[in-house]
Amino acid sequence: MRSRHTVEVYQKARHNCLSALWIVVHSAAVNNKILPSSPIYQVLPSHWIAAAQSQLQHNEPIIAWLEINLDPLLHFKKQLLVLSAERLLHISDPQVAVVSYPFQANLHCQHHDHAGVGSLELFDGEIRLARWNYTLAHDAAVARFNKQFTLQLASFVSGEPIATEDVQYCPNCQTELTADTLECAHCDGEIDKPPSTWTLLRLWRFAKPYQWQLLGGFLLMLASTAATLVPPYLTIPLMDKVLIPYQNGAPIDYGMVSLLLAGLLGSALLAWSLGWARTYILALVSERIGADLRTITYEHLLRLSLEYFGGKRTGDLMSRIGSESDRICVFLSLHLLDFATDVLMILMTAAILISINAKLALITLLPLPFIAWMIHIVRDRLRTGFEKIDRVWSQVSNVLADTIPGIRVVKAFAQEGREALRFREANQHNLIVNDRINKIWSLFSPSVTLLTEIGLLLVWAFGIWQVAHNEISVGVLTAFLAYISRFYTRLDSMSRIVSVTQKAASGAKRIFDILDHVSSVPEPSNPVHLDHVSGRIEIRGAGFRYGNRSVIKDLNLVIEPGEMIGLVGHSGSGKSTMVNLMCRFYDVSAGSISLDGVNIRSIPISEYRRNIGLVLQEPFLFFGSIAENIAYGKPEATRGEIVAAARAAHAHEFILRLPHGYDSLVGERGHGLSGGERQRISIARALLIDPRILILDEATASVDTETEKEIQKALDNLVHGRTTIAIAHRLSTLHKANRLVVLDQGQIVEVGNHDELMAREGAYYRLYQAQARNVDADLDDLSSAHHIIDKELSE
Amino acid sequence: MEQIPLITDQKAPFALTRNAGGQLQLNTADGTIHDGVYPVRAFPISAADEGLSVMSADSHELLWIERLSDLDKDSQKHLAAELAQREFMPEIQSIHQVSSFATPSTWQVTTDRGDADLVLKAEDHIRRLTQTSLLITDGHGINFLIRDLEQLDKQSRKLLDRFL
Repeated sequence: MRSRHTVEVYQKARHNCLSALWIVVHSAAVNNKILPSSPIYQVLPSHWIAAAQSQLQHNEPIIAWLEINLDPLLHFKKQLLVLSAERLLHISDPQVAVVSYPFQANLHCQHHDHAGVGSLELFDGEIRLARWNYTLAHDAAVARFNKQFTLQLASFVSGEPIATEDVQYCPNCQTELTADTLECAHCDGEIDKPPSTWTLLRLWRFAKPYQWQLLGGFLLMLASTAATLVPPYLTIPLMDKVLIPYQNGAPIDYGMVSLLLAGLLGSALLAWSLGWARTYILALVSERIGADLRTITYEHLLRLSLEYFGGKRTGDLMSRIGSESDRICVFLSLHLLDFATDVLMILMTAAILISINAKLALITLLPLPFIAWMIHIVRDRLRTGFEKIDRVWSQVSNVLADTIPGIRVVKAFAQEGREALRFREANQHNLIVNDRINKIWSLFSPSVTLLTEIGLLLVWAFGIWQVAHNEISVGVLTAFLAYISRFYTRLDSMSRIVSVTQKAASGAKRIFDILDHVSSVPEPSNPVHLDHVSGRIEIRGAGFRYGNRSVIKDLNLVIEPGEMIGLVGHSGSGKSTMVNLMCRFYDVSAGSISLDGVNIRSIPISEYRRNIGLVLQEPFLFFGSIAENIAYGKPEATRGEIVAAARAAHAHEFILRLPHGYDSLVGERGHGLSGGERQRISIARALLIDPRILILDEATASVDTETEKEIQKALDNLVHGRTTIAIAHRLSTLHKANRLVVLDQGQIVEVGNHDELMAREGAYYRLYQAQARNVDADLDDLSSAHHIIDKELSE
Repeated sequence: MEQIPLITDQKAPFALTRNAGGQLQLNTADGTIHDGVYPVRAFPISAADEGLSVMSADSHELLWIERLSDLDKDSQKHLAAELAQREFMPEIQSIHQVSSFATPSTWQVTTDRGDADLVLKAEDHIRRLTQTSLLITDGHGINFLIRDLEQLDKQSRKLLDRFL
């Protein structure tokens, strides 16, 4: 937003050359040719122009400016820092005097952040001159300002001009900007739209491919409903022309009776066959819609970034894709179908009744508005209730999804009781919420029945009265009663549509939640395709934060093709985050990463990842045979290729020792295989895709030293000739690295090979010493233990 | 990593024979004699004749054979005999009776190695290999193969279908 704002201002200024702003910028550029004259940095927001101009001396150029938004007591207040050629200005309020910090040799700036608040501090040697606070939205701008300040100060002190950079970078992500586009292609166009409430209608997107079948089903529905309405109509002549005359002494007309009975049978058969065809077609369609919904949702889910999965729980996602889509499917095939039939029946019955006798029809339909009103009242209460039930239900399955994969931990700490309690609590919660809903629900259904009974009573009473006054025949009254008893029973079942619609709607909403979620690692809009990847990685000004915790700060690193880099640092120093960023599991929040000079955000994600082989600390094996697991990244691999990869990964022999060789089945977490064996399978997997870039994230951390040697041999085969980034806690495993990069708190503190870094006696030296001491200490422990044992034995 | 000789043609410089104790013996080109070697199939289920490995007595690979038919007749004969002794995977030809449709269930089956009873402990011990072939692991870890579902008689298929 910020960069866009400035760019807009800039463009406005460009179009209106008379504006004072433009003159300021322009004169700055003219008067001071040696300064980097990127206009983006220099265009002040309009509300600061007056204040800044009044404070700056004539011809004093603005090198850079920074708007911060918190005062020393952390209240929101906009302030401005201005960097000129010879001083730093702090304008807290246009009316109040400005604090000016003239440049001198031992000034320096530091920025850091904590819990969402960043601070920029200005020091004169050890003495802090000022501290300015800002929210992290300004973080990138602060880093940039700090850099400018340092450069400008150095130039002031030394008298040397600052080297001008010709290329312009996007102020937000540090991507190169071309001359004609001032707006960065990666940083704009974020869309945040709340999902619409008419979620069920959105299912039309999935129904559209089946519109003709749906139309056919609807026509069949019309016909079958009409057919079911014939029998009660035939009761009128049966009563008036046959039974009542017989009671009055006339003989029975058998020809007419057989005709009427044949009509009854015929209409029943017709209704049966039409009903069968209708239900079959519509069930077929709805099943397909449900299946499409499931697959599309799952496909979409797989494309979402790791950030999404990090924030969601497995059980919840599983229930969304599994049971919610099933519920929608049942709703479409069963409830919606019934409901539509019912509505049609009511409309048709109403039409027939009115055509027979309008007055009696009016009485019959009287309870309808009441029932409709009741439905409306109950609907609102039930909707929130059902959403709650869904949430509670995923809570229950979340407990399962948490516990079952972690069952070893649960058992090891003997916490079965607690887990059972947790499940029982979730279940209890489920009960309570359900009870609340059922209270409303249980009242609803009998009330509808009561109303229908009252309706029947009315019809009887009014009908008898009409018969007595010779307005209608007995046959008409029996036909009415036959119709409305059907009619009202349907009303009862219709009222059920409320709850199932709400359930389906909340299910649809939860599915569309997934579908509407835009991946935070988006596919590029103008993809760049790389034909041949050499493997040069350039990280420029990269920054990343989890929530408000800054993990990587302004990191710059160039990795040459074929080079092996070892990432070293304490845990929490940002090593694994670097790997996640390089795999593009997450996108950098500032700066950029490029492969062969192309920003990785411009390369289609799958095409980019195809160049990356990843070996993780905890290798994940999928359910399937070992051969399938090795060929995971390249399913079309031949058996020969699979065997070759396994050989290179030193996995071939142990695979042959398994009862089914390469066809042996491994479970979800690779049960039956040791950690080292699983790791070698995952190395074979990485080898098979022959990637240009290889990332080893603590690949040997979870195995013993002996196995580590085996794996190390496999890794040496893998690393050969590829750009490799290896993270290792044990520094000894990085002996082959060309360069070691020492990270601390998200920043590079040292770069060099082992000997250089040892000679420097810096952070790496300390890490190395600490580890060496640990090993010694372990050995000491061992030897002292031996002493004790020896002693005990000798005594 | 030491180089494993890959045998792809008949003029391979080695020979498989039997020693006096009846064990399989591998004579390599450099004159070394390995006693008690044994063959294993790399893909016993998905491609039984592709990729065989001859392992030494202490389970290290000595020889990789791309295809059994690449060997000379004698070696083939010895290998096939050894494999027949080592491999036990009866092929189910028909299912006569199952004790119940809920597991555990005892099946009476006819295999290519005669009639047998097998105990199916759980339904997930039936593993689908391809669309038409199944591998059934019984309670004692013996694998029964159904090579082609379509080839089974109607009654067997009906019984089997209740478990799939």
